[in-house]
Amino acid sequence: MANEVVRMEAICKEFPGVRALDRVDFSLDAGEVHALVGENGAGKSTLMKVLTGVYKKDSGRILVDGEEVEFPNVKTAMDRGIIMIHQELNLMNHLTAAENIFIGREFRLPGGVVLDQKKQNQKAKELFEKLNVNIDPTVRVGSLSVAQQQMVEIAKALSFDIKVLIMDEPTASLTDDEIEDLFRVIRMLKAEGTAIIHISHRLEELALIADRITVMRDGGYVDTVDAKAVTVDEIIKMMVGREIFVTKQQAKSFEGQPYTLEVEGLNAGPAVKDISFRAHAGEILGFAGLVGAGRTETARAIFGADPHTTGTIKVHGKEVKIATPKDAVKNGIAYLSEDRKRFGLSLPLDVDANISMASMGYFSSGGVINFRKSHENSNRMVKQLAIKTPSLQQLVKFLSGGNQQKVVLAKWLTHNSDILIFDEPTRGIDVGAKSEIYKLMNDLAEQGKTIIVISSELPEIIRCCHRVLVMCEGRITGEVVGDAIDQESIMKYATQRKM
Amino acid sequence: MNTLKDKKPGIFARYPAVKHKAIILAALVAIWIAFRCLSPNYLSYTNIMTILLATSVNGILALGVAWTIMTAGIDISIGTVMTFSCICSGLLFTSGLPIVVAIIAGILVGALCGFCNGFMSAKLGLPPMIATLSMQMITKGLSLVFSECKPVYFSDCAWYQKLATGSFLGIKGFYNAIIILLVLAIISYFLFAKTVLGRYTLAIGSNREAARLSGINVDRWLITIYSVCGAYAGVAGLVMSSRLNSAQPALGPGYEMDAIAAAVIGGNSLSGGEGTIGGVIIGALIISSIQNGLRLMQVTTESQSAIIGVVLIIAVAFDQMSKKRKKN
Repeated sequence: MANEVVRMEAICKEFPGVRALDRVDFSLDAGEVHALVGENGAGKSTLMKVLTGVYKKDSGRILVDGEEVEFPNVKTAMDRGIIMIHQELNLMNHLTAAENIFIGREFRLPGGVVLDQKKQNQKAKELFEKLNVNIDPTVRVGSLSVAQQQMVEIAKALSFDIKVLIMDEPTASLTDDEIEDLFRVIRMLKAEGTAIIHISHRLEELALIADRITVMRDGGYVDTVDAKAVTVDEIIKMMVGREIFVTKQQAKSFEGQPYTLEVEGLNAGPAVKDISFRAHAGEILGFAGLVGAGRTETARAIFGADPHTTGTIKVHGKEVKIATPKDAVKNGIAYLSEDRKRFGLSLPLDVDANISMASMGYFSSGGVINFRKSHENSNRMVKQLAIKTPSLQQLVKFLSGGNQQKVVLAKWLTHNSDILIFDEPTRGIDVGAKSEIYKLMNDLAEQGKTIIVISSELPEIIRCCHRVLVMCEGRITGEVVGDAIDQESIMKYATQRKM
Repeated sequence: MNTLKDKKPGIFARYPAVKHKAIILAALVAIWIAFRCLSPNYLSYTNIMTILLATSVNGILALGVAWTIMTAGIDISIGTVMTFSCICSGLLFTSGLPIVVAIIAGILVGALCGFCNGFMSAKLGLPPMIATLSMQMITKGLSLVFSECKPVYFSDCAWYQKLATGSFLGIKGFYNAIIILLVLAIISYFLFAKTVLGRYTLAIGSNREAARLSGINVDRWLITIYSVCGAYAGVAGLVMSSRLNSAQPALGPGYEMDAIAAAVIGGNSLSGGEGTIGGVIIGALIISSIQNGLRLMQVTTESQSAIIGVVLIIAVAFDQMSKKRKKN
């Protein structure tokens, strides 16, 4: 191909005991958006890390503009215009947008000692103008939204002489509007001839933005296909090597059955306004809405993680006072946070410690831990939830995302919680583990637990829930039940801003 | 893939604490052998007992401060709290209270100071460094005020000095102070490995918010942990004053740093969630073994301090480097 900018041939990379990349080919044209997909562990990031000089390849060739290159470090790759924006953005929250963009390359006043803030801000402003985004260069990055922070990263990439931009899951935490804006910028870069590698788990969006799709599986190359010519199901099939059936939740009537959780007039901070709803035993109730609609805040208020100003909460028909998570836990409410690593798990501790964390009273007498009892329970949980771990003493940080999520779930099931709030239950979890989590949620609902699902992925909400409440700007703006649950009806309510 | 590789870590990768303990134990043995070569008397029975006796106060303080370090906190008031509690104990004794009551009161004073530290840090939101810095200043000042800058003597109690320097087992040289340290180490190990207190200490240290969201009353446990640390300082005060047969109001500052050094050499991470009781004891032994060896070689106290500083750098740098290597 005439304008091929990057060509990777038969790349192999081995880590002790594991072949991470096995003769992978990859090719990228100028002005192309090339999506790279595969389950977690398929080798996408490793391949990109080889391309950007983070890892050294064991064998194979990398050609940039037809010329064979070696990238011993990130700097040499950057010098050739290859830049990667990582999923966990590498910005310094306490510095301003402009300072972040030019970090390490600050403009200086003559003399070379004093920084030239004015010029720096001016240059940053030009970059933002080029991207057509409205960000003040002097604002601290920590106060920007994730989408805006991403734009800062893109501006930073632009400030180099950029040829290839690699974006690792850029849309993972964006709302639909923000994604649209990001795609606009991607299309603009593309029109200028920049080649873009887009790593994504959101297969639905690929048809909108990608030209070609390369699928990887287990460290190997599967195929490269034209994005317009494949369906999502075909991609999934290539990714997992088997078919996964996407089925919608069966409509189910809960009329006349008792409520397990009733929330009335809940107000908490600016993001939760007058929330009232009721949920049944055995029901999977979804909370849909755009990011920032107040769903997580609502869940945290119900769980007592944040205080609420007014409102009553009833559990099994009885009014309860929830001021701290401890109160909620006592009443059988469990919260599985969207950020497992920060709020759900103690990563340096082992599987057993994490599973028994919320139930130490049960596993100890007089403060002394009964390890036999806790091991017995943890073993049962590991079996029941099919948690893949070599032993109960395995540290949780060594488990995969899906298994970590199961450990959090095991923690709450151990406590016998019967109202489970899942906040983004499958974020960062690969396709195979996703459907396992969905199945677990279904099983739990069938056992009579009340499941509340908060998700930004509409397909997930549509697939899982018996009933969906849609939030916008801190209020519940609509309810969709059973067969009526679909993309359009949810989006209609999700954008219903109050005048 | 990295994650695949990580799924089958070796025994040391899975139990980093075990590896660390093995390394510092080897370091301790190396130190012993080196000093044995330099001065033949170093490993004599008498000198070993001297080293152990010298370890007792620092070891007890290190065991205490390790609790707070494991919660990702710190307690820099333990040195002066130690002094303050034995001053209080001595003043209560000289004012006529029975010695046993005075001793218990002294330990309780230590626990109370720890309680205040915990309260300030958990409930008032002061960073532990600041909370315990203020407690350090308060107890340092109060020790001098209460004692009117004079040592408080325990001479009226015939057996007080025997508490630390006698031998309850009847073995000459095997001082009670050593036994007290051993007993405290065993209690610490038990609390740490077998009880909810130890479990929650690690949980809070590794992820405080996750602990809170698991329904753990983090504030209350933090206060408990700081109180435990304070009580250890109280016991250290008892051992200290018994050895000197008096409570010296000006003693104290500096002891906290030796204790923190011992805990850190012993594998406690200042960012919390990591550490072992055995490591702390070995860390304290390393410090006193070096100090003792240098003293035998006629090195001044001031130079000893400088050398311990270098040892601390080596220990932590080594640890960091082995962690970095593992990551790559």
